[in-house]
Amino acid sequence: MNPLLYLLIIPALTMVGIVLTSDLKNVRVVAAIGMTAQLLFSFALLFGFYKIRNEGNSDAFLFVSSTMWYESFNIQLKFGVDGISLSMIILTAIVVFAGVFVSWQIDYRQKEFFISLILLAIGVYGFFISLDLFTMFLFYELEVIPMYLLIGIWGSGRKEYGAMKLTLMIMAGSALLLVGLLGIYFNSAPEGGRLTFDLTEIAKVSIPISAQLYFFPFIFIGFGVSGTLFPFHTWSPDGHSSAPTAVSMLAAGVLMKLGGYGCFRVAIFLLPEAAHSLAWIFIILTSISVVYGAFGAIWQKDLKYINAYSSISHCGLVLFALLMLNETATTGAFLQMISHGLMTALFFAIIGMIYSRTHTRMINEMGGLMKALPFLSVMYVIAGLASIGLPGLSGFVAEMTIFVGSFQHADTFYRVATIIVCSSIVITAVYILRVVGILFFGPMKSDSYLELKDAQWFEKLSGVTLIVFIVAIGFAPLWLSNLLHQPLTAIFQHLKI
Amino acid sequence: MRHEVLLGIFILYQLIADLTEGTNKGRIIHITIISFFLYVIVGGLPSKPAILFGSMYVSDPLRDLLKNILSLSTLIILLQSSSWLKKEEHQAREGAFYLLIFSTLMGMFFMISAGDFLMLYLGLELATLPMTLLAAFDKELKRSAEAGMKLLMSSAVSSAILLFGLSMIYGIYGTFHFSEIALLSDSSALSIMAIVFLLSGLGFKLSLVPFHLWTADVYEGSPMPVTSYLSVVSKGASLFTLMLVLYRVFGQQPKIWTMALYVLAITTMIVGALFALRQKNMKRFLAFSSITQVGFMMLGFMNNGTMGMNTIIYFMLIYGLSNLAVFGVLSIVSNATGKESMDDLNGFYSTNPRLSLIMLLALFSLAGIPPLSGFFGKLFLFTAAASKGMYILVLIAVLNTIVSLYYYLLVVKAMFIDKNESPIAQLSSTFYEKLSFTLCLAGILIIGFASPVYNYIQSVL
Repeated sequence: MNPLLYLLIIPALTMVGIVLTSDLKNVRVVAAIGMTAQLLFSFALLFGFYKIRNEGNSDAFLFVSSTMWYESFNIQLKFGVDGISLSMIILTAIVVFAGVFVSWQIDYRQKEFFISLILLAIGVYGFFISLDLFTMFLFYELEVIPMYLLIGIWGSGRKEYGAMKLTLMIMAGSALLLVGLLGIYFNSAPEGGRLTFDLTEIAKVSIPISAQLYFFPFIFIGFGVSGTLFPFHTWSPDGHSSAPTAVSMLAAGVLMKLGGYGCFRVAIFLLPEAAHSLAWIFIILTSISVVYGAFGAIWQKDLKYINAYSSISHCGLVLFALLMLNETATTGAFLQMISHGLMTALFFAIIGMIYSRTHTRMINEMGGLMKALPFLSVMYVIAGLASIGLPGLSGFVAEMTIFVGSFQHADTFYRVATIIVCSSIVITAVYILRVVGILFFGPMKSDSYLELKDAQWFEKLSGVTLIVFIVAIGFAPLWLSNLLHQPLTAIFQHLKI
Repeated sequence: MRHEVLLGIFILYQLIADLTEGTNKGRIIHITIISFFLYVIVGGLPSKPAILFGSMYVSDPLRDLLKNILSLSTLIILLQSSSWLKKEEHQAREGAFYLLIFSTLMGMFFMISAGDFLMLYLGLELATLPMTLLAAFDKELKRSAEAGMKLLMSSAVSSAILLFGLSMIYGIYGTFHFSEIALLSDSSALSIMAIVFLLSGLGFKLSLVPFHLWTADVYEGSPMPVTSYLSVVSKGASLFTLMLVLYRVFGQQPKIWTMALYVLAITTMIVGALFALRQKNMKRFLAFSSITQVGFMMLGFMNNGTMGMNTIIYFMLIYGLSNLAVFGVLSIVSNATGKESMDDLNGFYSTNPRLSLIMLLALFSLAGIPPLSGFFGKLFLFTAAASKGMYILVLIAVLNTIVSLYYYLLVVKAMFIDKNESPIAQLSSTFYEKLSFTLCLAGILIIGFASPVYNYIQSVL
């Protein structure tokens, strides 16, 4: 059997285990065991992947298996990974692992909570291992049910509104996506032959340019909605701020990356000519995303809103880099996805931990937390520094690569856009340092803070796991960028743009 | 012919049983359900194609499949209606209920098996008249009587329109036989006119917008089992008939009817979705939701090849099972409490987790969310439309699925998220109801993954 299927089977078995657990207190233990196994398996997969590569196997995708599913539509269950999808899988495993531990003290409908959370994870894993557009779309839409329930039931604040807005906007994106995918499908055999949803097969043919121009916007915007492309980003602040902590982590850390990954894997990879001619429109939109998100973060007072807007800015940068259509920038885009995934998950985790102690997320209602909660505060500062792009942390590596890549274009338009986008680094520093200053080093607003307990073991575990990888990428980015380098070189040689 | 003969026997049995069973009416329910269950199994066995009565009656594997789908849905409705029938006010009328149900079903079978338009019309009337009695089955309730009357009136109008179209067809071709018309059909002005009238007549039954005005009132007034029968079986029969007529009789002239249905699909989807948004009564809500779903089905008609028929039948099967699951839950609620409003479902999950989960899955299947079967059904319909390059229509349809997702989520929100100080008490379900849910859930969860179902439909086309 294809080892990739274990990525779906382990969570599925965990769900069964949760259903069968009779004592509600043990539900979290079952979930934790399952997700730890999943994390270990993802790394085993990584080593297996390296081993096969070192043996000289240079196929584009490894662990490929395909089974015919719907014969009449030529839909296959085709799975396989390359370095790009593998790095995303590892990101997902880390974030879900941390998310389970952050949710350790959930005390309302625990079974349903963990089942929905793991179902969400299954959707993400399935999306990354799919090589068939149909199954890819299926897994992409799978997130809708658990997402709505997770935010609606366990959320806080305006949770019904946030859940509904998020669900409907993501679905609206996938509506456009569906039209685009059908368009690709019916143009996948321009010289006759069988129509196919198979990604690798479609990449071999050249889709007629008129069809490319027609369907590229559908797909790019469709995926762009979950990648918070301006002006389709508005679900993100409301959705993230009302979601429970683990869901914010997963939504901002991983689900937003589905958008970027999809934009690259489907829109740019399959419709390269259209990507080339339409890039300028989307470069303008993503530049707005980057700068607007950063400015938005400055004005917010709610910690989760700050982080949601900063996510818009950072994910905008991902799409911006992808549209540069060169190898360096694209490597940077994927590094940024992983870096942002880890960093934003850490942010949301800490915000959740602070909120559970102080019962407020408004920065002007808190202060001096460094004295009361040193461990949490230090973790937040590390996340903040990674977000600013301090050397030695993952953010620096990613943003550096992106800007180097985008400066490779000598064109005035690209230069101007890059310079505008670069300015977001400064704005990021403003909103991060502002929060750090008020929240952690300002005067303590209430003496009762001194009685608060600092991080407990499960909180430390989840935070430290994320920090370890942030630092690991910062100090030794090669293990990750090598993983990305090989497939990206092949892809850009193939695309010749 | 097997289906009709067995149904005839059932009808005769009901007539006799009403006389002989006397005091022990509960037995009729059990005997009917068990024998109908066996009938569904027998109906699924392969049979030989046959042409009878001078080709007025045609039976082939495709038509058998369509009849089996309708029989299966009817079985589920019979299972779900058993506890409703046992209520005091329906005592001594079980026989009548079954008699009427089987008569309409017989009529629908004749519609599907029709080899010429006379037989089609005969079947249509046989299906319609008992249906009006069913709608008025709760005769002590004013709204039920009203529903029956409304159904009768609108059916009469639609029959008149249909007959007018049929008379034109006879005027042009001089024959009613499908096979002869199929050879002669052309795109003259008169035959376009005839097809338009035919579409309008059947459009009433299918409640295509603008012929939908009776739907919500009749659904709301009728008893719950009759509503679900109307929305699944009756609708399915009309859909299958329309499909057979268009593909098999006017298949040479696809342009005429695809253009007409293109427009009707858009109006039906949009009006159904928008009106469903504001409904508070669950029956009215489902009436508009089913109108939207019929609009989606029209997308299958855009492909005039086998793919079109295949996706239509496949979607109807899934839609039927999902809708019946929703109706099953609602009928348990309404039997126990008499409540039919969406607000009454607030906090339903805290007291009835299983029923809420069934409802959740069924609603998401209707909304077309993976991995449930509704996703596959809907996606294949859209593929059928896209195969003819109608991407704009597909886009409109997908945007409507988002509107429909919104109102399905409203129900989910009521059940799972909204708080209620006095939610509906814990409800128990009988063995028959559990069996019906098992059948529905099997359909909702498995059909999508099981590509053999789709391939089987393809093999009989």
